[in-house]
Amino acid sequence: MNLEKYILAVITTNKNKVAAGTGVFYCDSKQEMESVTANLEAILDGIAHGLSDELYVIVKH
Amino acid sequence: MTEFTLPIAFGIFTGTFSRLLMLRTDYRQYPTYLHGKIIHVALGFIASGLGAVFGPAIIQEEFTAITFLTVAASQFREVRNMERNTLTELDNYELVTRGKTYIEGIAIAFESRNYLVILTALVSTLAYLLFNVWIGIIVAIASMILSHYLMSGGKLKEIVDIEYVEPRFDGAGLYVDNIYIMNIGLPERQKEVLRYGMGFILKPKSFNARATIANLGQRQAILHDVSTALGVYRDSGTPALVPLAKRDLDDGRVGVFVLPQDRDIEKAIKVIGDVPTLENAIRMSTEKVGMKNES
Repeated sequence: MNLEKYILAVITTNKNKVAAGTGVFYCDSKQEMESVTANLEAILDGIAHGLSDELYVIVKH
Repeated sequence: MTEFTLPIAFGIFTGTFSRLLMLRTDYRQYPTYLHGKIIHVALGFIASGLGAVFGPAIIQEEFTAITFLTVAASQFREVRNMERNTLTELDNYELVTRGKTYIEGIAIAFESRNYLVILTALVSTLAYLLFNVWIGIIVAIASMILSHYLMSGGKLKEIVDIEYVEPRFDGAGLYVDNIYIMNIGLPERQKEVLRYGMGFILKPKSFNARATIANLGQRQAILHDVSTALGVYRDSGTPALVPLAKRDLDDGRVGVFVLPQDRDIEKAIKVIGDVPTLENAIRMSTEKVGMKNES
């Protein structure tokens, strides 16, 4: 099955921003968030998009 | 040996020779070296054989020979299918895909070149039979020149102005001039994109050109050609590093974002200018009645 335009993971430092629905990764700092995002981007073969300073999503295109 | 042997041999020779002239392996690396070429030279030989026997058949009043040409037509439609299937299969393994429109354009070219071979063989045999070998040679050369003229299509630089623009980030958004390309989140990735990325603005020269470069297949062809000629900073598993072309909805300009390994602006502009305008992407909006003066 091919996924198109699907959010694979959400990475955030602000728990209030995200409830649930997909893989959510809470991080303590911006550095941690960036390294987790970089890793997930490679693992999931998606593109890391920045929605705000404290919220990244990984999307399969 | 009959009176027709020499003219037919002459026709087959000129036909095959004209196929060789039209068979050029360039930066696109298609047809591939040697084996791919042999297939097309062999098919060109068959095509010229079909064209060459047509003249003698008409002179012998064997008019049913025309049904031969229908065989040729279905034979070469098959060539087009073959090319399309091969290229579509291979396209999955390209770092930057050719796109279906480009593939269809290549497939059409292969089919039509075989018809040009038939034409060359037919007219040169006929000229040999009706006049003499010298007239035959002149006619053969003329039809080869005609074939050469018919097979070369337009280039992108004829319909657009190309300008280099440094890509930039506005927040997470990547822009070429004022055209939004994509959202890249990671600062690390953004640095990479700025280091290797190049932006170009294609400004259409006419209303027709605007519709032509809006075609997604045409834009993919640009990205593919640039990536082939200048290399591409990309691998599987790095979907963020993807060349893209997006359109300014207001005035129809297209922003091209590429990641070449050879960052030579002059060369890149030349490569983009030499991208063929794909037959299937060309639009003639102004040909519509009453639209002539609005472009």
